[in-house]
Amino acid sequence: MATELVFDKKPKWLRSLNDSLIMVKRSTTHIIRNTDQLLGAFFQPIMFLVLFSTVFGGAISKSLPPGISYLQFLMAGIIVQTVAFGSTTTAIAVSTDLQKGIVDRFRSLPMSNLAVLNGHVISDLFRNSISTTVMILTGLVIGFRSPAPLINWLYIAGILALFTLAFSWLAAIIGVIAKSTEAVQWLTFVIIFPLTFASSAFTPAEGFPHYLRIFAINQPISQIVEAVRALILGLPVGNHAWLAIIWSLGVIVVSMPIASILFRRKTSQ
Amino acid sequence: MPDKDYVIEAKNLVKSYGKTEVLKGIDLQVERGTMLALLGPNGAGKTTTVRILSTLLSYDAGTATVEGYDVHQQADKVRGVIGLTGQSAAVDELLTGRENLIMMGRLYRLTQDSAKARAAELLEEFDLVKAADRPAKTYSGGMRRRLDLAVSLIATPPVIFLDEPTTGLDPRSRLSMWAIIKKLMETGTTILLTTQYLEEADQLADQIVVIDGGKVIAKGTSTELKSKVGNDRLELTFADGAVFKKALTALGKKVIDTNDKEYSATVMITDSNVDVRQVLDTLATDKLRVESMAIHKPTLDDVFLSLTGKQKDAEKEEEV
Repeated sequence: MATELVFDKKPKWLRSLNDSLIMVKRSTTHIIRNTDQLLGAFFQPIMFLVLFSTVFGGAISKSLPPGISYLQFLMAGIIVQTVAFGSTTTAIAVSTDLQKGIVDRFRSLPMSNLAVLNGHVISDLFRNSISTTVMILTGLVIGFRSPAPLINWLYIAGILALFTLAFSWLAAIIGVIAKSTEAVQWLTFVIIFPLTFASSAFTPAEGFPHYLRIFAINQPISQIVEAVRALILGLPVGNHAWLAIIWSLGVIVVSMPIASILFRRKTSQ
Repeated sequence: MPDKDYVIEAKNLVKSYGKTEVLKGIDLQVERGTMLALLGPNGAGKTTTVRILSTLLSYDAGTATVEGYDVHQQADKVRGVIGLTGQSAAVDELLTGRENLIMMGRLYRLTQDSAKARAAELLEEFDLVKAADRPAKTYSGGMRRRLDLAVSLIATPPVIFLDEPTTGLDPRSRLSMWAIIKKLMETGTTILLTTQYLEEADQLADQIVVIDGGKVIAKGTSTELKSKVGNDRLELTFADGAVFKKALTALGKKVIDTNDKEYSATVMITDSNVDVRQVLDTLATDKLRVESMAIHKPTLDDVFLSLTGKQKDAEKEEEV
């Protein structure tokens, strides 16, 4: 016990922020060290992009506006779908922490409890930026070209970042509620699968049956896909960008406190 | 009462999960710089008590304070002075030992430099230098427990909760854990330890509180408790009736129990080394051969048997 201990004397809000940063570093290290998951984040988007564009390309390109290839149409859908499915990882990370008792250790420390959730959610931005970059590079290899100016890509990054946070907070709720990793997997699947497929992510919604179409064109994933797609293709964005931002912010505003409250409740039993 | 300096104090703690009452009014006090062992079988309420005292769990009635802070009202203050280790806490498996220590140090509000220096010191102290930069998931059970304890000591908190620190460890790891805990006691840390092993409480603790079914059924020093339970017993078995009879005569009043069918006799012993030798010497003088012998230590089961009158599992035997 020779070392003299030096404690930080920062104000409380700054320490809470610091706690979250420490947790972001932890979760990001998890992403890097968890090789299996990292390989998934790498290969899954490549497979989706290559398979979808070749399998559906021929059939769907006929119903696309002239001058737009299926690959160009698909890019936005696949990016958004990957981000949505990627949030499963957040749910699993939260659930694993709760199952393994490390949360108890954190709670016995003089730290901000919610830093654990913040860490998992924010580090998702890191994983999703890897996935998205991999996908765009793969797209470029198989013939994807975007006429959009660079500024559009900044807008896209912003919209996707908000969307990532929204879905990660939603996933955090599932991670807190679910009793096992398997439960996390089917719960996220049941929510995310219909949302991504009953949307304009992979095909134009015009061909859907009436009620499904009303749902599909108005639900958040479609708004985000349409916004990203218009930005990629350099077309007018219309209301999609605003709606995408409002949807994402709305989901964040609702799910963040719910996840936090459920997390607090679950860990103090 | 007011002249004693109690660091941990619980009065009439009550906790239920639904209709199941887990704690039915637990009282305990731990004096500064001492160790109290909370001894009891699985499901007695040991971990629940520790979780309440370390602010992890709410309770239904009673009071609990650590360093004078109310564990419910002033949870943040309590968290600043305690370290928790054992089955209700864990380490991060994907981080290395060093990263775990530094991260927890930072969360205890240590500066980065201070956390690093302290981590290096603890890795040295806990014999984890070689494994320091490997992910904790590659650690053996004993190493993991050592890291777990090191993590809770990162900011040298004055109060430590050790929740079953040796459960599931092999005998060697257990001994090394005991050595570490003894060293920790020398630094004046106040410790609350929970255990299922009477021997562990006996080896380490100043005071023992025995709980069962959410209630305190006995408290005192290990000597006080043992005197309630009784001493070690030596069971001697002989080859035939003739030797058996001669042995009984030779041992005389020392014999407290006999079994004529198996030609065995039980002798009470207080100090294993001295008494066992004496008994064997006595028998050797008369050239009486012992067929087999066994020492029965008073176990937790004996404690319960004598304190509550209810029979737990079979006696633990230690063959010699």
